[in-house]
Amino acid sequence: MGEDAESPKINHTFLRDYVTEADVISTVEFNQTGDLLATGDKGGRVVIFQRETESKGESEEVGETGDSGEYNVYSTFQSHEPDFDYLKSLEIEEKINKIRWLPQQNAAHFLLSTNDKTIKLWKVSERDKRPEGYNLKDEEGRLKDISTITSLQVPVLKPTDLMVEVRPRRVFSNGHTYHVNSISVNSDGETYLSADDLRINMWHLGITDRSFNIVDIKPANMEDLTEVITAAEFHPHHCHLFVYSSSKGTLRLCDMRSSALCDRHTKLFEEPEDPGSRSFFSEIISSVSDVKFSHSGRYLLTRDYLTAKVWDLNMDKGPVETYQVHEYLRSKLCSLYENDCIFDKFECVWNSSDSVIMTGAYNSFFRMFDRETGRGVTLEAWRESSKPRAVLRTRRVYSGGKRRRGDVGVDSLDFTKKILHMAWHPSENIIAIAATNNLYIFQDRVNPETQLQ
Amino acid sequence: MEVTAEAKRIMVVALGKLYSSRTQRGGLRLHRSLLLTMVMKSARDMYHAAQETEWAAAEEQQPPTEEPTGAQIELQEGKPLTSPGNEVENSPTMLRRDADNKENMSPPRPTQHSRKRRGKAAVEPDFLPCKKAKLEQKNVPQQLILSTVLLCEYMNCSSEVGAPPAPMPVQRAIAAC
Repeated sequence: MGEDAESPKINHTFLRDYVTEADVISTVEFNQTGDLLATGDKGGRVVIFQRETESKGESEEVGETGDSGEYNVYSTFQSHEPDFDYLKSLEIEEKINKIRWLPQQNAAHFLLSTNDKTIKLWKVSERDKRPEGYNLKDEEGRLKDISTITSLQVPVLKPTDLMVEVRPRRVFSNGHTYHVNSISVNSDGETYLSADDLRINMWHLGITDRSFNIVDIKPANMEDLTEVITAAEFHPHHCHLFVYSSSKGTLRLCDMRSSALCDRHTKLFEEPEDPGSRSFFSEIISSVSDVKFSHSGRYLLTRDYLTAKVWDLNMDKGPVETYQVHEYLRSKLCSLYENDCIFDKFECVWNSSDSVIMTGAYNSFFRMFDRETGRGVTLEAWRESSKPRAVLRTRRVYSGGKRRRGDVGVDSLDFTKKILHMAWHPSENIIAIAATNNLYIFQDRVNPETQLQ
Repeated sequence: MEVTAEAKRIMVVALGKLYSSRTQRGGLRLHRSLLLTMVMKSARDMYHAAQETEWAAAEEQQPPTEEPTGAQIELQEGKPLTSPGNEVENSPTMLRRDADNKENMSPPRPTQHSRKRRGKAAVEPDFLPCKKAKLEQKNVPQQLILSTVLLCEYMNCSSEVGAPPAPMPVQRAIAAC
């Protein structure tokens, strides 16, 4: 894992293509300043990258400030281990489903990481000094013979090599019967929510043995189950509001002030189904895989299998914008169902100014849509075609009409190369794209900073 | 006809996926199981709807004396004579017979179908518990029998299935999580 470096041109393709399952990245998240980037993988490890503050000499260009550094590994730790539920005789995967950073309050950084069942709060702190000159201990730390001590000596803090320590501070376990799919830190800085297929719990960051259940959609008879929760998020500014998406393609905005159990939504966002496009797979492709509030808090971005939609919180009748991510797959749904790709859960992200949305696709492609023009562009995260500091060129999938050079045919798309996880820097045009076991970080050199207006 | 063939294929694939997900690491995924169940239901509904239109067409063609009143077996035998286009549809016809025979015949007879369906699997796997188990159950819902029969078909078709677990009705599979 880590940034891709140029590898020597030896024919190791068969080795390179072999990916250890544990190395597959399962989540990517910037912290609130964008200086730190965390990735989680299927092996339960978390890798934190830190942005270098000094800029590289040769990339100085007009207009660039000194902060366009690279991201290097800052710390690696094992967050979750494989576990076993003895009562149900089920293995609990160690795969990290989500990472969320807490807003920074002191020198240390805190993040929440979760697997299917347990959420953990980690403290990431630096140590660059250590005390030296102990009076009572020798250099190895052993107590000296008291009769040899003749003078008083106060230990002095001396600078040492930077050490990054990561320690688990809280473990929030036994809160979920089903698989946790989302966590979201509240703007109040004290609480967070965790959502599984049927329930959403609200926790206090300091209390691990209790949580409040705020949504419960489990039917009395499980045979009557018709929908599950697929994602949930707190509003970025209003600490009483949160949204959750369902497998039926609906969004529910809930206000925690109205009642303790928010089973009844404050607002239901639903687009009426187009009867003309009904197929065997209509239910599967309408399931929302990700939901994100815009930075402004005014809009919601959702992703289902074929589209990305922007919703206005003030209008629940339907989305205000719909973007076709890979409409050419609509006629291939049966094969995608057979090879399981139709169940893939793609994430979606906003840029810092909420003017661009981004989401992933297949063949290492990912899509960016400019909301003002409505136009989309396809980019590729693949080491063969992107050397460090090269300009990303746009790609196109050919599905009829005039074929241009460089277009990829629909039938030659590689469905094993899927871009499911990604993150956008909170204030700059820097994106982090997870492609199986590789992490790609792209920076916009033309407009390195797009300040939030 | 493509609708029925496709619907059947979708149902079989869904069942296969549901069963393989039970041995998956991390336990049964509720969301995935739910989506598979929905796909199977909608495929089954479309299949039945398509079959009903077929029968309506077939009944119009057949002379009234040959029309069966209850047992579907007669209909199936008479059908190939009157609707030549349906000759190739051996399996969906069998399936239909199963699906609707449940009203008329108390024990489903998957043994017959499995022999007919046997293509890749060399030997009829008589270690499959599903057939015998279902015969003993008294209060089995109709949809359950359909699922079981489809499963048996799938089991016979696919050679990758290892030790077959005890069959579980689809809804119960969800409830078990």
